[in-house]
Amino acid sequence: MRNTYLNTLYELAKQDKNVLSLVADNGMIVYDDFKRDMPDQFFNFGISEGHMISAAAGLASCGKIPFIYTISAFLAYRSYEFLRLDVCLQNLNVKIVGIGTGTSYGYLGPTHHTTEDIALLRSLPNLTVFSPSTIEETKEIIKASYFINGPVYIRLGNNSLSYPMINKDFCIGKGNILSTGDDIAIFTTGSILEEVLKVESKLKALNINAEIISIHTLKPFDCDLVEYIANSNKKIFSVEEHNCIGGLGSAIAEIIADRNLNTEFYRIGLKDIFAEGYGTQQEVRMQNNLDANGIYKQMIDILL
Amino acid sequence: MKLDLISKDMRKLIFKTAYSGHTGHIASAMSVVEILTSLYFGDILQYNPKNPLWIERDKLIMSKGHASLALYSTLAMAGYFPIEELKTFCHPFSKFGGEPKYGDIPGIEATTGSLGHGLSFAVGIALASKLDSIQNRIYVILGDGECQEGSVWEAAMSAAHYKLDNLTVILDYNKLQAMGEIEDILSLNPINKKWEYFGWEVLEIDGHNLKEIQEVLSMDRQRDIKKPRIIIAHTIKGKGISFMENVPIWHYRMPNEEELQIVLNDLELSKEELLN
Repeated sequence: MRNTYLNTLYELAKQDKNVLSLVADNGMIVYDDFKRDMPDQFFNFGISEGHMISAAAGLASCGKIPFIYTISAFLAYRSYEFLRLDVCLQNLNVKIVGIGTGTSYGYLGPTHHTTEDIALLRSLPNLTVFSPSTIEETKEIIKASYFINGPVYIRLGNNSLSYPMINKDFCIGKGNILSTGDDIAIFTTGSILEEVLKVESKLKALNINAEIISIHTLKPFDCDLVEYIANSNKKIFSVEEHNCIGGLGSAIAEIIADRNLNTEFYRIGLKDIFAEGYGTQQEVRMQNNLDANGIYKQMIDILL
Repeated sequence: MKLDLISKDMRKLIFKTAYSGHTGHIASAMSVVEILTSLYFGDILQYNPKNPLWIERDKLIMSKGHASLALYSTLAMAGYFPIEELKTFCHPFSKFGGEPKYGDIPGIEATTGSLGHGLSFAVGIALASKLDSIQNRIYVILGDGECQEGSVWEAAMSAAHYKLDNLTVILDYNKLQAMGEIEDILSLNPINKKWEYFGWEVLEIDGHNLKEIQEVLSMDRQRDIKKPRIIIAHTIKGKGISFMENVPIWHYRMPNEEELQIVLNDLELSKEELLN
């Protein structure tokens, strides 16, 4: 996802000199081409994320389009008030791109995990929230965010899962249906899609056919899709590498409540804990029952 | 009109506005009256109230947003909106809240209120001017207590690193914060050395002496130092209202009837003027 972001940003910045790339001392080597070709459009603000977001707001107030890129935990948590007041309250055209969502930085532990960002940022007025699950979605989202005249948060995982879109027309705020199935529906968001796809195969072996939906836009949310699926009498699951409180599952639960939908709905994610353990992302997921086996077991307990 | 008379009128308007809203940080506003007088009426800021978004305008960020009474009064006197509108200060549905909000009020360049944001925002504006080769100047009025926020120093480093010589900070150094004296609560000293070591050109003046303020601000455009500039303005919190001067409890408080008489005497404001 990172390379897709960088390549797409490079193209945008080439076409529009108002597009700026701001980093907080991260992205060694990968920015070399950008810095060489567009040195006036690149700023390394050092390790000062809050200040960088506020300065980006100042740049945007003068017509610049800053794309901020750093580790998502430091953007979502440390910088929250700067994002809230300087960017969102003033509705300024700043793009916040967080890398390493979920437990991507598995070896580093909870200081570097981003497992509550959806809860925090989804509640900020004026902010569009994207969470691509595939590199195809990532590319479309970066391009789409350039055309949104307002604040945008893009949460990126460290994976590079490719999954061509069935519906070629990317649409902000519309769920991406990756496969259809008559028995259950699984909503997911972000890089944990790779685990969900493995779960899909395991369920198929039991003759359980799952519809898989990637929610690449968490705000605005595809409320109509939730209603449509709820009315089809499928059991609905949400799977996320995020606290169950405030995340994708909460967003779906809000729609079920708001629209008074009669459906069975189950949330799979972190049960109000900081993700435990160390290792590769895969290993951290395993320790928190969010690898394919863990997700599968949780589903089977409900379905069988 | 002479600048000292403008300052005098501004203090009256600040108090009248606070009185209309029954609230406001009066003492914090009184502290910056001469600074704003010089900036807006001493031919320092280049601005056009008829075209508030003029791209080459100079910009002022009131980082200590709680001095909104002073900023609103200044902008009204400069012609950005009718003085009459200030009677709605802090009333329901008014655009004039206790902290200034960008987009709602002409002449307000940034929403401020939470301390430690304004200088960072201004760094972004100053960088944008450099990128676009706009020859304007960016001013920030910073509170002294505000300098206890770590983000101020992140912004200070950043401004020096990018050699933002188009940026001038005026530090409202009244030496008080909400609960008492800064020196007792969390000392900033040596404040001048700190800014100097952070890479800024540092000057110190009497923040109520219009001649001194004019002299130092009028040099802004002529200087040839590739550094941001800070003017430490020694001020008196509550300046102009005798019982408020240097008394911490007046940070956020309205006078009672008895105290009101003293205010009117001090500001040479009649009861009729206050109510009209």
